[in-house]
Amino acid sequence: MYALEIKGLRKTYASGLEALKGIDLQVEEGDFFALLGPNGAGKSTCIGIISGLVNKSAGDVRIFDLSIDSSFIRARSLLGSVPQEFNFNNFEPVEEILINQGGFYGVPKALARERAEHYLAQLGLWQHRRQQARRLSGGMKRRLMIGRALIHEPRLLILDEPTAGVDIELRRSMWDFLEQINDQGTTIILTTHYLEEAERMCRNVAIIDHGEIIRHSSMKNLLRQLNSETFVLYLRDDITEAPALASFDNVRLLDHHSIEVEVHESRSINDLVSELAALGIVVERMRNKVNRLEELFVKLTARNDKLSVA
Amino acid sequence: MLRQFWIAYLTITRKEIYRFMRIWVQTIIPPVVMVALYFIIFGSLIGQRIGEMDGMVYMDFIMPGLVMMSIITNSYGNVVSSFYGAKYSRHIEELQVAPVPNLVILLGFVTGGVARGICVGIAVTLVSLLFTDFSVHNPWVVLLVAVLTSCLFALAGLINAIFANSFDDITIIPTFVLTPLTYLGGIFYSIRMLPEFWQQVSLGNPILYMVNSFRYGFRGSSDIELLTALGVIGFFIALLFGICMYLLDRGIGIRQ
Repeated sequence: MYALEIKGLRKTYASGLEALKGIDLQVEEGDFFALLGPNGAGKSTCIGIISGLVNKSAGDVRIFDLSIDSSFIRARSLLGSVPQEFNFNNFEPVEEILINQGGFYGVPKALARERAEHYLAQLGLWQHRRQQARRLSGGMKRRLMIGRALIHEPRLLILDEPTAGVDIELRRSMWDFLEQINDQGTTIILTTHYLEEAERMCRNVAIIDHGEIIRHSSMKNLLRQLNSETFVLYLRDDITEAPALASFDNVRLLDHHSIEVEVHESRSINDLVSELAALGIVVERMRNKVNRLEELFVKLTARNDKLSVA
Repeated sequence: MLRQFWIAYLTITRKEIYRFMRIWVQTIIPPVVMVALYFIIFGSLIGQRIGEMDGMVYMDFIMPGLVMMSIITNSYGNVVSSFYGAKYSRHIEELQVAPVPNLVILLGFVTGGVARGICVGIAVTLVSLLFTDFSVHNPWVVLLVAVLTSCLFALAGLINAIFANSFDDITIIPTFVLTPLTYLGGIFYSIRMLPEFWQQVSLGNPILYMVNSFRYGFRGSSDIELLTALGVIGFFIALLFGICMYLLDRGIGIRQ
């Protein structure tokens, strides 16, 4: 049984925009799944349909084999969602937001309070529990939405860019928390623009673009498709122009002591360092220009509609 | 599953009641002050010159209508502002993603509106004791009409909120429809004073039936038969309830 199964899902908005063009998607129970795509690709529409915020035009969505149409009460009881935008009442105290959300899912007040205390403590919000939500920082608000989505202990948790605008330290602590939740058996679907996040946490991935799924595989298989990587090399001595290397075409001078080189999968780093050494260039340090998934993502979703400055 | 829905209903209702009680200075006090001013101006000052109306001292005549006016505006205002506010700040999504049937959402918001209508009604009635002798002909009729009327206007407020796209939209109906209908609904005069033609026109105003049945409950006299009035109120409740359910089921105004 899949945690989420989507068949032929279509959405055309009243404006005529076709946001989803008949997508199929399966997410295994217990998976940590990434749904990636550029802005406007259809990710949020897809999540909106699953969670009941957007009406679909056609297709079938099942959560643990329960249709969101014919068994919507039971299907929604199994689903928790963290939207991209803050969508709680800013004037309500933090603890009340969680307890009320539990109430909407039929969780008795005493139990909801107990769970709220647990999640607020885990998410570092305990000391803010009596504050109005509007007084929280952006990162705290994101954590509040995660706690709220977990209050009824869903089996499937969908997070739409949960770490947007969150500093790196907090982001890493949220990753740890989500990994714990996943280890306890909750299936997690994540959309994010931080591809490092997806690469680190997710086992399977789908890439959506222009309303269509263009890749759907395990993270490992997807990354294998990456046939070249770009490295930044920091040099010991200053140079004035990009060195001409026999085996590497794309070499670019970044400044007097660093260069950028694209390394095809048929070549090794050893080849690169040897060729540079032959030219008397010593490499002190090196790093990936961007993470591997990001490199692949950009290639897969390459667009013509790039921003330009007139 | 019924227990789950019951908890959801109680949660929505508690949240709605907490909302208006938390800001009681904005929700409960203003209508009380406004009605006190009506009593002073129309009852004490001008009312003495008007004399009797339908065999009653003018102050006694307008008292039920003023209480009813407060119930109408507050039950309507509570739901329209709460539901639109939830739409505006998007926390209506908390309910939309939850396993809550639309009927439960509707009943929760309507109960909140009724609670505010009744709270304000009680407060205004207590203030009226300062100006008029308190006598109730039939308390059950008073209670029934108060609950049914606040229910009706809570439903109307929800429809307004569903269609509203800005805060301006939630003031248009109260200002240009509700207030004129209320003032022309027999609060300050008996329709028997009107020429025959305007009496017939007045019968098309649903608020007339509410004000008169409420007045019957307090004073035992009315321009309209009690059962006719209750029938009209019941009809409009059924109509607005059906419209609300249709709109919520289709997701109009709340789902893309």
